[in-house]
Amino acid sequence: MNLYTFCYGLIHWLVDLVNNLWFWLGGHLPGALGGFFTWAGDLAKSDLNISFFAILLEVLIMVIIALINVLNFIWIDRKWMGRMFDFYGPYYVGYRIGGWLQNLADGIKLFVKEIIVPKKADRLGFLLGPVIFVASSVAALSTIQFSPQFGVLTSGVDTGVPAGVLIAFAFFAIAPFSILVTGWSSNNKFTLIGGLRSAAQMMSYEIPMLLVVASVFLLSGSFSFVGVVGAQHSVWFFIPLFIGFLVFLTCIVAEVEIQPFDLAEAEAELVEGWTTELPGFRFGLFMMTSYMRGYIGGALVVTLFLGGWQGPSLIPAELWFLIKAYLVFLVIEWMRWSNMRVRIDQLLNIGWKRLMPLAVINLLIAVALKTMGWF
Amino acid sequence: MAEMWINMGPQHPMTHGLWNLRIKVDGETIVDAEPVVGYLHRGIEKLAEARTYTQVIPITDRLCYGASLAWSHLYCTAAEDLMGVEVPERAEYLRVAALEMQRIASHLMWLAAYAADLGAMIGFIYSMRDREVFIDLLQALTGSRITYNYPRIGGVAHDAPPDFARDSLRACDYMEKKLKEYEDLYEGSKVFMLRNEGVGILSKEDAMNLGITGPSLRGSGVKCDVRKDMPYSVYPEMDFEAASHPDGDCYSRYRVRMDEMYQSCKIIRQAVTKMPAGKWRVVAPRNGPVGTGIGRVEDPRGEGMMYIVGDGTDRPYRLKIRSPIFVSVSAAPKLLVGYKVADVVAIMGGLDMCIGETDR
Repeated sequence: MNLYTFCYGLIHWLVDLVNNLWFWLGGHLPGALGGFFTWAGDLAKSDLNISFFAILLEVLIMVIIALINVLNFIWIDRKWMGRMFDFYGPYYVGYRIGGWLQNLADGIKLFVKEIIVPKKADRLGFLLGPVIFVASSVAALSTIQFSPQFGVLTSGVDTGVPAGVLIAFAFFAIAPFSILVTGWSSNNKFTLIGGLRSAAQMMSYEIPMLLVVASVFLLSGSFSFVGVVGAQHSVWFFIPLFIGFLVFLTCIVAEVEIQPFDLAEAEAELVEGWTTELPGFRFGLFMMTSYMRGYIGGALVVTLFLGGWQGPSLIPAELWFLIKAYLVFLVIEWMRWSNMRVRIDQLLNIGWKRLMPLAVINLLIAVALKTMGWF
Repeated sequence: MAEMWINMGPQHPMTHGLWNLRIKVDGETIVDAEPVVGYLHRGIEKLAEARTYTQVIPITDRLCYGASLAWSHLYCTAAEDLMGVEVPERAEYLRVAALEMQRIASHLMWLAAYAADLGAMIGFIYSMRDREVFIDLLQALTGSRITYNYPRIGGVAHDAPPDFARDSLRACDYMEKKLKEYEDLYEGSKVFMLRNEGVGILSKEDAMNLGITGPSLRGSGVKCDVRKDMPYSVYPEMDFEAASHPDGDCYSRYRVRMDEMYQSCKIIRQAVTKMPAGKWRVVAPRNGPVGTGIGRVEDPRGEGMMYIVGDGTDRPYRLKIRSPIFVSVSAAPKLLVGYKVADVVAIMGGLDMCIGETDR
């Protein structure tokens, strides 16, 4: 049984429960009214309807799991940062669970703040930008698969969504667009520079990243999560494609926009970058979503290079996946808190002059491995 | 993209105080810059005219939050020059030890702010943690942590507490160990070198023509240090070197300050071991004579100068303060034009801005 069959069964049971009423009404009411209820019951019972709601339920489950993970991530990030910086990190709110509730407290604080739109801002862009950012990130999140059985699936067979990894990257790449829109529409010079920086950053780092992803697709011969992870059964891809692994990790850090590459929100020169004008919970959502993107990035690194959910069967596959994603996240945070910020021209130089050739070399290695017939 | 003016300040994370840097950018490149100071003007020079010579000391402490001891010491040297007071030798040694501790604390605060500007919060926390060691020592010596009110005209306020020499030597050992750690953290980081090398280049001639002093001048390869060139207090008896570095970029200025911290540790060691016993204060006359007095010292940020005119009463007729940063900040257009927006924090941070003394 996988998540899809579970959700399908649950929705089916619910529909049957409610349909009792519809069909009872259809049998007892006269004429067209009774016919309407019978029609509604038939529609609700149809396979299309049930699978639609089953997939929605799956997405909901995945998002809830992701949100819990994001809360964990923020907490781990603060604690980890604290240990690196010689202090405790949050501990007061939720004293007995190591300050875990601090995130919720911060969220509530931001939630009750007033939403202010700057007078001369472009209202549509200013209000829509954050929505696009959060929505595209959640959409990318819903494509992540924890195991062949656990993820947003569309059938009872354990093959996953075809081209799932491609869809994940497609959704993942929308965010800089919304950053540009928000930055531009805020009518503030700092947010404008932040948004433009983000656009330049996206353009220069998307290409090497996708070249590396192409090499993984080449070796695995599949676009889906199950195919990519299944191909790493004998050896995880970070061993043959070590250059690609490093390039991909760097690009993910740049795409998620954290410390060495967080130029879009460089707080020293751009105040708070493109989020300068954002009020209250909109800012909170941005903060949360950037951690969510860190989580997606970690999950993608795990899927493409670290063998996904594979590991000794002592621990369930889903847990293996999460453990690896957390470890990747820790490494990213380590980089984040011990590094400084590069400058925009240096960032573009690193992207085009260093990562691009390395990604091409990595692709050639993948082609060579494939031609030799080793994969 | 059209050129536009950006106001960095008066409320901006880059400014470290209350001033405004207007930059004109073409995309990300700076084409013009204009520093605007005066937001923190408190009229300290005028305030001094209404107070007795002793009452001025706590006000001069407020000139700079980073190095308040250096300024009150400067005022005392100027007043002693006016009154012709001889300072006991023990007081001079105590002053030198305290001044060098203040220099380390000030440079560490600069390092903290600089690291945070470049994006490394870790540097901020570590520097502030180790600054605490010297602040604690100064607290043991003077009784307070930021505005010390320690020097007096004709000596210092208190004698050193018991075990002061032992604690100072330990603090110096600790600091030298930690400085190596900082060097690993910063110079071992490729990103730090990318952000610093070749950024904000100030040639030797420009630096001298603009009147820049202190670590920023020595960072351009000029060996000019008031402690060496016009020795005051007991600095002639100390064995140390004026740190300098020839490149004239941000890395060079960073290097000079790091070297100065090593030298300061060296001076503190000598000062506390050579310190003679005896009086630490002589009584200065209440009324100053008719005449002028001048003091020149090497402040952590550059050359500070004070000029006092006395009119025979117990209050100074005029007190003129020469602030090193007021001169340095005028070099902003020279330093900034041609670099990127992100370099503003590296370049202006590298000058070690302190607005209290700039606006006075």
